Amino acid sequence: MSVALTLQVGTVARRSILRTLRQPAMVVPALIFPMLLLAINSGGLDSATNLPGFPTDSYLTFALALTFLQGTMFAAMSAGTNVATDIETGFFNRLSLTPLRRVALLVGQLSGVIVLALLQATTFLVVGLSAGASLEAGPLGIPVIVALSLLTTLGFGSLGAFVALRTGSGETVQGLFPLMFAALFLSSMALPRNLIEIDWFRTVATWNPVSYMLEGIRSLLIDGWNGEALALGFLASGGLAVIALAAAASALKTRMVRA
Amino acid sequence: MSARGIRSVVLGVAWRNLHSFFSNPALFVPAMIFPLFFFTAFAGGLSRIENVPGFNFPPGYTAFEYAFVLLQASAFGGVFTGFAVARDFESGFARRMLMAAPSRRALIAGYALSGLVRALFTIGVVTTVAFLAGMKLHGDGLELVGLYTLALLVNFSAVLFGTGVAMRLRTFQAAPAMQVPVFLTLFLAPVYVPLGLLAGWVHAAAKLNPLTVVLEAERGFIAGDPAKAGLAFGLLAGIGALFILWALRSLRSAEQATV
Repeated sequence: MSVALTLQVGTVARRSILRTLRQPAMVVPALIFPMLLLAINSGGLDSATNLPGFPTDSYLTFALALTFLQGTMFAAMSAGTNVATDIETGFFNRLSLTPLRRVALLVGQLSGVIVLALLQATTFLVVGLSAGASLEAGPLGIPVIVALSLLTTLGFGSLGAFVALRTGSGETVQGLFPLMFAALFLSSMALPRNLIEIDWFRTVATWNPVSYMLEGIRSLLIDGWNGEALALGFLASGGLAVIALAAAASALKTRMVRA
Repeated sequence: MSARGIRSVVLGVAWRNLHSFFSNPALFVPAMIFPLFFFTAFAGGLSRIENVPGFNFPPGYTAFEYAFVLLQASAFGGVFTGFAVARDFESGFARRMLMAAPSRRALIAGYALSGLVRALFTIGVVTTVAFLAGMKLHGDGLELVGLYTLALLVNFSAVLFGTGVAMRLRTFQAAPAMQVPVFLTLFLAPVYVPLGLLAGWVHAAAKLNPLTVVLEAERGFIAGDPAKAGLAFGLLAGIGALFILWALRSLRSAEQATV
């Protein structure tokens, strides 16, 4: 990467990171809500561990993976909202008059949510493990969980940025939330797929990439090192990241031309 | 002041709110989709929970979760009505209504009426979906009247709570102050399993939560065994009376600040 490009990425990234961290309304719910639901679900569904075939005797460990996915969805909303605000306030129009490269703008804009995701992943791991969740993969599993979490955030964050760039509307970005919520709910978030009794629900959960993102993280907590679950997790998150980044880059190109 | 004047304010406010709700997809869609998400995710994804030792609810897990979603739809119908009040204050419309209405208390009654109609509509949709999903109700006609009356009393209390918060803070920024307490109260009830199967601090919290009694009464009506119905109606009457006072005092606060 050239010096000029590095400088451009760094400048936009610094702005994006500071902007994200200076908005408690974005940071606090993204940290608190997933942990609150973890606390409620781990007590409310603890008896599910008595089901024959349930993979662990701690629902807290099982549910911990969900906090990472919920966190990435909050991050996606943040990324999209920030980009939409820049469009609505005319900041993008002004940027289009500068020699700033598109790649610097996109990578820089997503830096804020990546830092937020890092903060989330660290907090969720510390809180989850302190509360008694297990980590069968051992300490080496921690960087893998963080990496998978960041990759998933990049994917969902790019999706949020794509919608913002395409529509230029913060309201439309907010409209993504129910869709992401649906993707999460129609996955193996509450029970392992083999224990989902309703056929159509199990089929939807099997086709839903969010199930594999969850199961990738969950495998490190419950099974140890499960190559298949990890490969599918990275494939699902990486696939989403590549597609969403490409879509966001294309939308950015159109947006800059329009501006 | 004539009864006709009061009636015209009540109907005018209710009509305006209902018109905004049904004609604006950004308001209508989330209000409909969220209860359906919860119902699908819980009744579909967690149905194996009825095999947990100690779980005994003869109508089945779909009906068990229907009771919660009914409560959730009713309570959130009230919260969303509170959002509408906050929007009216932020746009300045509420101030004009406060100046023009012959009876300001009738404004609260109008909001409550619109909340009731919204809740009835959402309950109708959720109930249709529940029956399509194979829900069985064991209660007789009178017990079903009790079931839906309890749900509407929850809606009434939630509308008054949300309206009170909106009239005190008079900004849409107050939305979390309406949403979070209701969300927490709902999820700190026995959502997924009966009270006896909850574990840890969630069990202790659920025992103190008044909505636990309401939820158990709802499930009792569904199962044809309304053991806690009297206590639930008594509790909701008390909560409703408290929130009437809260809403009226908040109206006074709004009058002092805006008129």
